[in-house]
Amino acid sequence: MGDWWTPPMMPDPSHDTKELSSISHISMSPSRHSSSAALPKHSYSILSAFCTEENVQQCVTYINQEASSLGLGGVSLDSGGPGVSLNAVSALNLFYELLQLNRRNQRQLQDLESQQLKNCSNLEHLQTNNSRLKDQLEHTRRENSGLHEGERQLQLKIRTLQSCLKSEKEEVQKLQNIIASRATQYTHDAKRKERESAKLKERLNQLLVDKRDRKLAIEMVNCVSRSDGKRGLWKTGKMEARHEGEMYKALLSDYEARQQTLMQENSELKKLLQHMKKDMVSILSPKKPCSKAPPTDDSCTKAPPADDSLEQAGSEAEDEGDECSRDALEQVCGAAREQLANSIRLQWRRLKNHMQRLDSQVSLAASQEDTISIREHEEAMQRMRVELQQCKEFIQTQQQLLQQQLSSPFDDDTAALLNDGYTLEEKERLKEEWRLFHEQKRNFERERKSFTEAAIRLGHERKAFEEDRALWLKTQFLNMTPFVDRKRPAMIEGRSALSINAEPETKVLSTSAAPNTSVPHPGFTSNTPSPAHLPSTAELYRTLQLFPESRNPGRRGSNGFQSGDTLTKSRLRNSSTDCSIFSLLRDENSAA
Amino acid sequence: MNFSEVFKQSNQLCKVSPDGKYLATCVQYRLVVRDVNTLQILQLYTCLDQVAHMEWSSDSLFILCAMYKRGLVQVWSLEQPEWHCKIDEGSIGLLSSRWSPDGRHILNTTEFHLRITVWSLCNKSVSYIKYPKACQKGLDFSADGRYMALAERRDCKDYISIFVCDDWHLLRHFETETQDLAGVEWSPNGCVLAVWDSCLEYKMLLYSLDGRLLSTYSAYEWSLGIKSVAWSPSSQFLAIGSYDEKVRILNHITWKKLIEFEHPATITSSKAVVFKEVEKRPVVGTENVSIHQITLGSSLFNTQSKYEIASLPVQVTVVKPDLDRANPKIGISAVAFSADNRYLATKNDNMPQSLWVWDMQRLGLQAVLEQTAPVRCFVWDPRKPRLALCTGNAKVYLWSLAGCVSVKVPAEGNFQVQSLFWHGNGDSLVLLGKDQICLCYMHTSSCSVPVTLILSK
Repeated sequence: MGDWWTPPMMPDPSHDTKELSSISHISMSPSRHSSSAALPKHSYSILSAFCTEENVQQCVTYINQEASSLGLGGVSLDSGGPGVSLNAVSALNLFYELLQLNRRNQRQLQDLESQQLKNCSNLEHLQTNNSRLKDQLEHTRRENSGLHEGERQLQLKIRTLQSCLKSEKEEVQKLQNIIASRATQYTHDAKRKERESAKLKERLNQLLVDKRDRKLAIEMVNCVSRSDGKRGLWKTGKMEARHEGEMYKALLSDYEARQQTLMQENSELKKLLQHMKKDMVSILSPKKPCSKAPPTDDSCTKAPPADDSLEQAGSEAEDEGDECSRDALEQVCGAAREQLANSIRLQWRRLKNHMQRLDSQVSLAASQEDTISIREHEEAMQRMRVELQQCKEFIQTQQQLLQQQLSSPFDDDTAALLNDGYTLEEKERLKEEWRLFHEQKRNFERERKSFTEAAIRLGHERKAFEEDRALWLKTQFLNMTPFVDRKRPAMIEGRSALSINAEPETKVLSTSAAPNTSVPHPGFTSNTPSPAHLPSTAELYRTLQLFPESRNPGRRGSNGFQSGDTLTKSRLRNSSTDCSIFSLLRDENSAA
Repeated sequence: MNFSEVFKQSNQLCKVSPDGKYLATCVQYRLVVRDVNTLQILQLYTCLDQVAHMEWSSDSLFILCAMYKRGLVQVWSLEQPEWHCKIDEGSIGLLSSRWSPDGRHILNTTEFHLRITVWSLCNKSVSYIKYPKACQKGLDFSADGRYMALAERRDCKDYISIFVCDDWHLLRHFETETQDLAGVEWSPNGCVLAVWDSCLEYKMLLYSLDGRLLSTYSAYEWSLGIKSVAWSPSSQFLAIGSYDEKVRILNHITWKKLIEFEHPATITSSKAVVFKEVEKRPVVGTENVSIHQITLGSSLFNTQSKYEIASLPVQVTVVKPDLDRANPKIGISAVAFSADNRYLATKNDNMPQSLWVWDMQRLGLQAVLEQTAPVRCFVWDPRKPRLALCTGNAKVYLWSLAGCVSVKVPAEGNFQVQSLFWHGNGDSLVLLGKDQICLCYMHTSSCSVPVTLILSK
């Protein structure tokens, strides 16, 4: 580093040694002795001669001088020895001092160097900055000048425009003057011309009158009567008055009509107004209670009571206004109208207030909703906590009580009593159940009985039906035989129908005599058995006897009758068995 | 819809008598009177020259035929065909001629507006009214025929004289605050007289029958002013159409502006229905257009048309007027109320193809009819809220609340409807061509003509 920074006062030969010493100082730990030992060695190796044997004295003085100038102690010579020798202590002290000094200087130098470097870079930076600022300045200057130029030009322009405007204005003025003068001239001319023409017209008129134009004439076959049929009237003062009167009458009637329509319109408008007012009142009035009620609610605490009082006052005033307006409807005058307007205005204001309040309430509610809920929530929580606490306490006391009960001695008597009570209760319950069961059983039996009865009845009925069917089949069969007259069947059928209706009792009776009748009888002889019992067959036979040629059918008929009877009997038997089975089934059902 | 035969006519002279029974037409120098129902010729009169003006008297008994070039007026009686009357205005010349409301006097305006001669048919008497003003509408009779308002000009000032028509007694005479009076019009109830200034200044004055100034209205200054004026049949509204393409409605109580109807080039009002007439030429494929077809078909030019409802917003065709010329084609040139006061029809001159219908109850735009050709003439049905219009082609167009109809006149030859007017009972429509007339019956029972109808939304 900067060897040119070495102090110039030192002579050249010491140059290297100094440097080396400094290097050694830096490189190795500063063991002064070794270095101090090394230095002389090193210095001795070089045969540069600051101090020789001869000039020791001078050198010492020189050194002393120099040292004193540096504020250090000098070196003394021992004159006691054989030669001239340095006092080692002082010399070493001096040396040490010098070394210290040197080191200090070195450090200072370093500092200064770094300072220098810093300064250099600072300087550089400042320089660049400076140049930049200069550039900027230049630029702004240029800009400024440009703007100045622009301004100047604009001003120039303004000036020219102003002058232009002035000239234009002047021209306009001039033109206006010209126009005015022309207009006056024109009007003047026009008037002159008009006067001339008027004069000419007058002259022409005069001439026409004077000349007594021959041609000016009317030719008519005969005069026509007036359109209204009246005669023409002379112009008199009376006529004039009449015309005036008529004119005024017409005007008056027109005005009256117009007033009428206006009045009508007015009244209609008033009616409308009244209607509107009523509507408004009806809109407002139901709101009053609810708008008055809310103040208890915390949401409406903000609505000031002053407002309420105002409303009340308003409503009172409105009532007054209402009456006033009603009066106004009757008496049409300005004051009343004013009152009307006032009342309307009042109501409008009220309506507005109301609307505003409603709006504010809505907004308030919107804003307060959350807070309210939170507050309520909190309250509820509090309440529930208290409740919980109470419950806990309650449970605790109960537990305590239970514990006490358990801990207290349990005597047998009470236990037995308790057990007795339990068994009794159970017995009672069982008895009750038993009784219920018995009742049910009885009911079932009753039901079963009724069912069997119904089954028997059904069997009877079926038997009767079978008999009927047999009879009917028989008659049908008889009718189908070719021997029967073809003209008859309707009649026969009718009779058989009749017989069926009359039969049931006879059939029941005949069951006892069934064995007798069940014997088949071929031929006509077979018809003897109990014609009275079976009137239908008797009748049939009678009809057959009336027509002797139909023999076979008679026999067939008896056969049919007999077979039918047996059939019914067997069926009856079957049905009875059926019935029993049925009843059994029923029993089973009921038991199940 | 039924159409009658076509009859000849000249100078667009065709009038239905006030009682609705007769139809009078002029053909050159002949006057033909027909029965309206049968169209049979009842009377035929021969005048001295080609008739320039024809008018029925209020009682339908007389017909006035004026020949301005000759300075002659001839009067014919329907009851007594042999009766006739001839009035010679002499060397001074005749400018216009009209009946008084009683039908017994004839008012002749002489050349140069020198004077108005009042001829009486009752006693042949003649009287003069001097200094009538030459203007757009300087004379108006009240609806009941009792009063006549006349604009006068004396010493470079405007005056109005109100006469009683019975005996021509001067009831009122007063000066008006106008620079150059352009017109006078009675309200239908006969109590208010609307007086307006010429187009150089927007000024509307309203006078009472007794000459009091009721109100003055001016919408703006330094621009061309009033172009058209119309009273509503109920005298409730006064519609003023002006050069700024707006219609202003005044009310009859304060005489202040009730509303202003603008006529924008782009219609965005969602409540308005825009009917666009669409012409549909018979489709002929280009490859099979042969000479035969071309020679055969006048039907090639026989375009059909129908209305389509245009979806909003709609751009109305605007014609840019030449503002350097006098009477530029801009502004509201015609306003008319329907008989029931419910609707107002207007026409803006720089949008010649469209007709605007306004709802007076809603005070808003009701419908716009966008035609393919400039609207020539539009008339309200005297009974119903129904509007008839023509655009100078062979079709009649009808608007009502139910929708729009375009009907082709099935006349032979080239019948182009130049103007039209309703019969007093609203049952038929008289269509005037260039030199022909045709009656159009509104009975919908026998619809023999193809009708293209679009119902409104």
